[in-house]
Amino acid sequence: MKRTPLYEEHCALGGKMVEFSGWEMPLHYGSQLREHEIVRQRCGMFDVSHMGVIDLIGARVEVMLRFLLSNDVARIPTAGQAQYGLMLNATGGISDDLIAYRQGKDRFFLVVNAGTRDKAVAWIRIHAPSYGVRVVDRRDMMILAVQGPKAANQIQRCLPEGLSRQAVALKPFHFVQDGDWRVARTGYTGEDGFELIVPEENGLTLWESLLRSGVQPVGLGARDTLRLEAGMHLYGHDMDGKSSPLESGLAWTIAWEPLDRDFIGRDALEAVWGQPVARKRVGLLLLDRGVLRDQQAVFLQNSPIGKITSGGYSPTLQRGIALARIHSEIAIGSICQVDMRGRMMDVQVVRPPFVRLGKPVYREV
Amino acid sequence: MATVSDFPTALRYTREHEWARVQGAEIEVGITAYAAQQLGDVVFVELPQVGSRVTAGKPFGVVESVKSVSDLFAPLTGQVVAVNHVLESAPEQVNDSPYNEGWMIRVQADDDKAVDALLTANEYADWIKQADGAH
Repeated sequence: MKRTPLYEEHCALGGKMVEFSGWEMPLHYGSQLREHEIVRQRCGMFDVSHMGVIDLIGARVEVMLRFLLSNDVARIPTAGQAQYGLMLNATGGISDDLIAYRQGKDRFFLVVNAGTRDKAVAWIRIHAPSYGVRVVDRRDMMILAVQGPKAANQIQRCLPEGLSRQAVALKPFHFVQDGDWRVARTGYTGEDGFELIVPEENGLTLWESLLRSGVQPVGLGARDTLRLEAGMHLYGHDMDGKSSPLESGLAWTIAWEPLDRDFIGRDALEAVWGQPVARKRVGLLLLDRGVLRDQQAVFLQNSPIGKITSGGYSPTLQRGIALARIHSEIAIGSICQVDMRGRMMDVQVVRPPFVRLGKPVYREV
Repeated sequence: MATVSDFPTALRYTREHEWARVQGAEIEVGITAYAAQQLGDVVFVELPQVGSRVTAGKPFGVVESVKSVSDLFAPLTGQVVAVNHVLESAPEQVNDSPYNEGWMIRVQADDDKAVDALLTANEYADWIKQADGAH
């Protein structure tokens, strides 16, 4: 199993190490619930160095990305902007979700999922030569995600002065770069926060400095409940190579215009675009005690209407919540049932997210 | 909080990670610190009603953690005489104090010798070592 450069640190901090996409990562450092609360109320940090950083360099890099990604990087024309998007396959299924960061006219970098990293690099490398783009898989980079309402205060104390001034002035989905340090106002928690992408020789020092300034380490367990409350998708659960963005609540990541921009998956999606989708992505709120889990079946009056793609316990709402893919004619507000180990439990269909910036935001009808 | 490899010698244990404590004519039952740690933060505990019967080796309740859901297995056969209702509002007691405040039910055993057949602390510790070594 692979380890990040912070492996020893996680162990020393009491991290319960588990396998995640071939990496040995901390699930929690004692209490997942407490770590979740720390991020919602103050500030915590995650080692997400298992995620992939891919540098793309070449005069035609923008042309290449406009073909490889569902979203259109021409919509982020200025260096320092970032954009969420998907890599689709030819049938319109999702082969990865990622963030593209524009460093300049001829330079981008991508941050991709740990589990799809090798596949993504290989896929880009198939296309890169015809665009003259150089692909560098930055295995030497670390990513620390510092998240929570106090994140800006905290990173200010730990980043070099010039960089920190620029960093705290960043708008969401913008980033700043100094040498090979890249600081982005992005995250996966539904809170304010930053992702610090730094060379591994600087990562340990930065982690220690954040720890000393009082930032609590947070494991992947809380990362999952935080993103679930925020209604954010997890690759391999809420989307995969067999599911279309149109039935995964990700239609917004497809830039249909300009109409003459071709991208991988466009033909397949256009063939069904405008037709009613059979399934849609919704949120579920468990009305009784318990925890919703991945893959549980959803029913309406005893007929199956879909499946939970990500289920869990919401520490903020103190109840079971889920993202699910169900028949698209089921209205928001409907009461359905979930088969929880043989028992049918009532859930309400809601529109995600459940929590943003520390506050419940779903509407119970 | 008890360390996960520390098991009170006064208790008896099952291979499903429950403990049993003899208290006069009653047997108090809970889950071990090892089990609580494996589960992660416990968020719901579902327990039987007072007066219901439990059967050795059969599920008597359910514990849900942030990570997973598990059945609770009765260490012995008998009648439930008390249930720890505090766990309904404070399930974290199972993690914080697995052998005391985190107790789950008290059972009047049909056979008061049944508890002697359960694992001792040493046997349970060996069992965990084996189980951990297996994967």
